[in-house]
Amino acid sequence: MSALAAIFSASMLAQTLGASVPYICAAQGGVVSERSGVVNIALEGTLLSGALAAVAVAHATGSALLGVLGGAVAGGAIGMLHALLVVKGRIDAIVSGIALNLAAAGGTRVVLRALYDSSSNSPSIEGFRFGATGAGGGAMLVRAVASPLFIASVAASIAVMFVLARTRFGLRLRACGESPFAAASAGVDVDRTRVAAVCLGGALAGLGGAALSFEQHQFQSGMSGGRGFIALAAVIVAGWRPGRAALACVAFAALDALEGSLQGESRALHDVVAMLPYAATLFALAALSLRKGAWVAAPPAGLGRHPD
Amino acid sequence: MKREHEAEALSVVTGLAAGWLAFAVIVWLHGESPREMAGLLVGGTWGTAYGAGQVIFKATPILFCGIAVHIGLRAGLFNIGAEGQMTIASLVIAAVGASLGASTPALLAVPLMLGCAAIAGALWAAVPALLRAKLGAHEVISTIMTNRIADALVGVALGLGLAEKGTVRSADIAKGARLPRLEAFLPSLRGSAANTSVFVALVVLLLATVLWPRSRAGREQWLVGLNPVACAAEKISVPRRLAEALIVSGAVAGLASAATVMGYKGYYEGGLGAGAGFTGLAVALLGRGRTSGLILAALLFGTLDQGGLALNAHIPRESMQVVQAVVIVAVALGDARVRAFMARMPRPAAAAKAQP
Repeated sequence: MSALAAIFSASMLAQTLGASVPYICAAQGGVVSERSGVVNIALEGTLLSGALAAVAVAHATGSALLGVLGGAVAGGAIGMLHALLVVKGRIDAIVSGIALNLAAAGGTRVVLRALYDSSSNSPSIEGFRFGATGAGGGAMLVRAVASPLFIASVAASIAVMFVLARTRFGLRLRACGESPFAAASAGVDVDRTRVAAVCLGGALAGLGGAALSFEQHQFQSGMSGGRGFIALAAVIVAGWRPGRAALACVAFAALDALEGSLQGESRALHDVVAMLPYAATLFALAALSLRKGAWVAAPPAGLGRHPD
Repeated sequence: MKREHEAEALSVVTGLAAGWLAFAVIVWLHGESPREMAGLLVGGTWGTAYGAGQVIFKATPILFCGIAVHIGLRAGLFNIGAEGQMTIASLVIAAVGASLGASTPALLAVPLMLGCAAIAGALWAAVPALLRAKLGAHEVISTIMTNRIADALVGVALGLGLAEKGTVRSADIAKGARLPRLEAFLPSLRGSAANTSVFVALVVLLLATVLWPRSRAGREQWLVGLNPVACAAEKISVPRRLAEALIVSGAVAGLASAATVMGYKGYYEGGLGAGAGFTGLAVALLGRGRTSGLILAALLFGTLDQGGLALNAHIPRESMQVVQAVVIVAVALGDARVRAFMARMPRPAAAAKAQP
């Protein structure tokens, strides 16, 4: 099979869609949080914590669904913490984000040791099992598309698009992000709206974490591996818009799948592919600042600003 | 002015108290006695000459990165990229050091290596610096990206021939390019990896806290950090000063590789020194930009790092990362609280009159 055929095969598409789920969920979490005006670089730690919580709950209860819920709740808790520190405590969102990422990196290892007496990985879990069996490209694609978590990520994207564009809460959220002063003077409780948004965003990212560990059928320490930052990159490349962010996530996931298909190739090539999302984001940042193309949008004007 | 000192002291005390509390809670959750564990932690670090040496060894790259982050912070910049700048500098000096002749004298090799490290760090920081100065792109996002790219470049460089055949580490650097360990002068430190790069760090620290604020560039960077609008009105080129601050910060972060590549291993391998850049942020926040503050903060985090190893049999050493995170948050929280509190304080009458 030629390289080109390998790239455009059904199994490749299936891998891309499978890999895109954590990215999409985390990116939607980032969109919701940042559109409300709170910078969220804690996505990385949120993914990691969500991944561990999902496995821990699924392992304890034997229910995959409860596991996913556990991941979302853990993510929501981290989002809540970030929101309280930034919005109520008025500490810098970057400082809070770095501290939360650090705490998540260390904390998940501590919990892993406490729960399973291992410093590297959890026992394996069942996860969701369904759909066509078999190793063929077609069967893989069916499994990927029918996966509950993939469906959840698509639903989350559509929901975020709808909520931001069409609902009262979404309008208020965007107002807080664009101009917290104006929103406050119009009677919107900026702090409360932001706490709600960042908490919701955290829950979405936690869902992404669940997808990450369910895909591997176990938790491995440090398994987020920079995916939270890639999701953040997708948010920026997409100009803070949910639909485009999801598409950017699929594109970045395709690079993941491409990297996976490079088995046997040199490590250098792997790493060149791995750095592409980040390089793309640097270019997008440059383009964003130049405002040359209409395809990049400005960040929310009130990002990182407080109403007083 | 006095009130400001009190406020600073308060936020540092808050940070340390919260850190202790977090430590106690984690230890207690593991069913151990906090006092006993604290005793072990201190005994395993400052209790022996070896332990103290290890703390100094761990604190050195952290101090470099703390100074780097501080240089950015005083200009109002968050250099999250110290991690990547250090990584790139490590790669560069590993390559340079390995290519030096075996008989290169230290007097030539060491300054050359330090220069290369600083230049490599500065160049890697120049990418976000130029993006910020020319295009206004936020340095936090771009340095996150350059960190990740630096990480990937490690694999590329090692894969493309920097690594010795069949290994994942670079070749040994020339003997003259190595910084001697302290045990060569103080036999009681035997076995500890503390090395003379700590003196380089102290010199850089003094340059950064004493000399730099007195230079024109350093002073203007500080002013830009205080009030960019006023600076622009005074015809200070704000973008230029910001870019310079980030580049100087990158150079110092690059020098951190002296502690790891030149002082510790004598070669580079993936992950060497990882995390120092982020801990540097904590050091800069806790150190409040003071000479003594930065040293004490670096020693504190070095102690936690080394102490974590001493406690590992009882509680996971990763707990120390959680303690570190709590300290960062508490210091920042104390700071924000103090600032909000001071803003509400009634102004002295003279100052109030001067307001338009």
